[in-house]
Amino acid sequence: MLQTAQHGKKSSSKKAAPKSAVHERFLEAFRWMLLARILEDKLRSLYRGGMIVGGVYLGRGQEAVSAACGMFLEKEKGDVFGPLIRDQAGRSAFGEPLLDVARTYLGSVKGPMRGRDGNIHRGRPRENQLAMISHLGAMIPVMVGRLLAKRMKGEKGFVGLTTLGEGGMQTGASHEGLNIAAVEQVPLVVVVTNNHWAYSTPNEREFACANLVDRAIGYGYEGHKIDGTDLNECLEVIETAVKRARAGRPPQLVVAETLRLAGHGEHDDASYVPQEMKNQPFAQDPVARTEKFIQDNGLMTRDALQQLRTEIAKQVDEAVATAQQEDAPHAREEDWRAVSTQRLIDKPSI
Amino acid sequence: MSVTYLEAIREAQTKLLRDDERVFIYGQDIAGKFGGAFKATKGLAEKFPGRVLNTPISEDAMVGTAIGAALEGMRPIVEMQFADFSMIAVNQILNNAGTHYYRTNVPVPITVRLPSGGTKGSGPFHSQSMEGLYSHYPGIVVMTPATVEDAYTMLIDAVAIDDPVVYCEHKYLYYHLKANALPKESFPVGKARVVRPGRDLTIVTYSAMVHEALAVANELCKDGFEIEVVDLRTVKPLDTPTVLASVARTGRLLAVGEAFPFGGVAAEVVARVAAEGFHLLDAAPARINAKDTPIPYHPNLWTEHRPNRKTMAAKARQILAE
Repeated sequence: MLQTAQHGKKSSSKKAAPKSAVHERFLEAFRWMLLARILEDKLRSLYRGGMIVGGVYLGRGQEAVSAACGMFLEKEKGDVFGPLIRDQAGRSAFGEPLLDVARTYLGSVKGPMRGRDGNIHRGRPRENQLAMISHLGAMIPVMVGRLLAKRMKGEKGFVGLTTLGEGGMQTGASHEGLNIAAVEQVPLVVVVTNNHWAYSTPNEREFACANLVDRAIGYGYEGHKIDGTDLNECLEVIETAVKRARAGRPPQLVVAETLRLAGHGEHDDASYVPQEMKNQPFAQDPVARTEKFIQDNGLMTRDALQQLRTEIAKQVDEAVATAQQEDAPHAREEDWRAVSTQRLIDKPSI
Repeated sequence: MSVTYLEAIREAQTKLLRDDERVFIYGQDIAGKFGGAFKATKGLAEKFPGRVLNTPISEDAMVGTAIGAALEGMRPIVEMQFADFSMIAVNQILNNAGTHYYRTNVPVPITVRLPSGGTKGSGPFHSQSMEGLYSHYPGIVVMTPATVEDAYTMLIDAVAIDDPVVYCEHKYLYYHLKANALPKESFPVGKARVVRPGRDLTIVTYSAMVHEALAVANELCKDGFEIEVVDLRTVKPLDTPTVLASVARTGRLLAVGEAFPFGGVAAEVVARVAAEGFHLLDAAPARINAKDTPIPYHPNLWTEHRPNRKTMAAKARQILAE
């Protein structure tokens, strides 16, 4: 399996990696990007075919920055990942099984959310992947709490990484969370992807500073600005940010520029995105750009690329087929309990 | 030796910090020599270094951080400076902590302490009772201790419970209520207590209003009425069987809550008795809440805004006359 095979090959923590290792890492990231793209294309067609209820939210256009977010986290070191809406590549790189995605989107009882929550809200808190709520910024302090508790328990060498969009950065919760992380000096990396559209709202109605990375100074963070379509840059800068946080530097803020190459969700045709914006450098498709780089530099043959695509598509199809054959939740079998303590369940009727 | 309601809360936290290394307290102005706006943590930061932590004025982030720490196996207690300010954290308490177990099968053992209820001159933003609001949402246990003993044992219980607990401590009771000693045993969480037996009317209430209800019962006793007073203790879960058993004895119900009237705990008590125990009633069930305006500043207005002995006694007599 691609996911397990690639997961063992991480070379992220090695200093001054030799050239072949750099290539290897680059190709690993590309595989996560491609996996996300192929998986999300599948989710899109399932949605259009009426097979998925609720929403489908794609990370199209953000695969490079998202993959880099997952690449440098190591569960065995106690690292925690707090993904958001457009982080399929990062989730997969962090170790989320394809089946978790398929089962959650298709509502299988065997998935981590068992039909009780869907789509991108999935998580495995006990395996260090937070289960986001829709209210933006809310997961930042949750990450802070996990890191603070690890420090209290005497753990060392861990780091947390959470992501946000340029829209999400404008909530009060984000401000409180970013600030309290710096007050607590926890080893945190916050990666903000400015994909230029908060649902249908452009940057000029979301914030008025020159660049969101300027806020790093105000919060007491170290700030980094990257081209989110350039995988090399994403890997280099996010690796640096993770290393710095791990080494006890202040929290790190990375701001990536991309264009959302899809609607807010698949129900949205994004017709409000002007054509001229699609011609901007930040509007490049990171998957296509990375693939071109790979071919231009002879990192993979055309045949090998095609083989990789086929292999990923097969894995995606298998995961979807498995989830489709599994039971949906049944209201009669549901226990309808929101508290875990049996004796404290409220019963309106006797 | 005597111990106040506030001291009981401090002693419970001392015991929790001493006995359980997973416990820490997170809140505004609670550390250092200051020890909190109401001194509920006075001396604890010195006694337990690194475990009583001051936070920025960030209620949302305080609770968010507690949720994260709870997911790492800790048992955080969050002190809100006033219940009213927990509004800023409603999203974290209800949407994040309250949904977490149902969504992910992983419970969130946080305790959020809310210094609640009215005191003279505190006005609209330092007087609120929010137990009804938190009870409305699933996934939260809501405690409203009325006695020194319950303040102590229920806070210890709250931290032991694997689910999020909103612990509403009444500011009026902080200094007014005294007991001879801290209890050795606790009454089970989720069980209401009949604090005064009677046969003519049941007053169901909780928190500071328990003491007002007892005063009303004493007053009406002079006229030959025996009022039964039920202290809910936890408003969620609501101990419906104990309430119904009391109404079965008395045939009459008055539900009292200090919170606003629309929806809420008193309304829920009336609804449950009407739905489940209509046949037990000899008179229409009634309730008293605060008035449906913001909580006024001036004592002349404030004492009439909230339920008081006069309004409760008048309503009780009205029900008894039916």
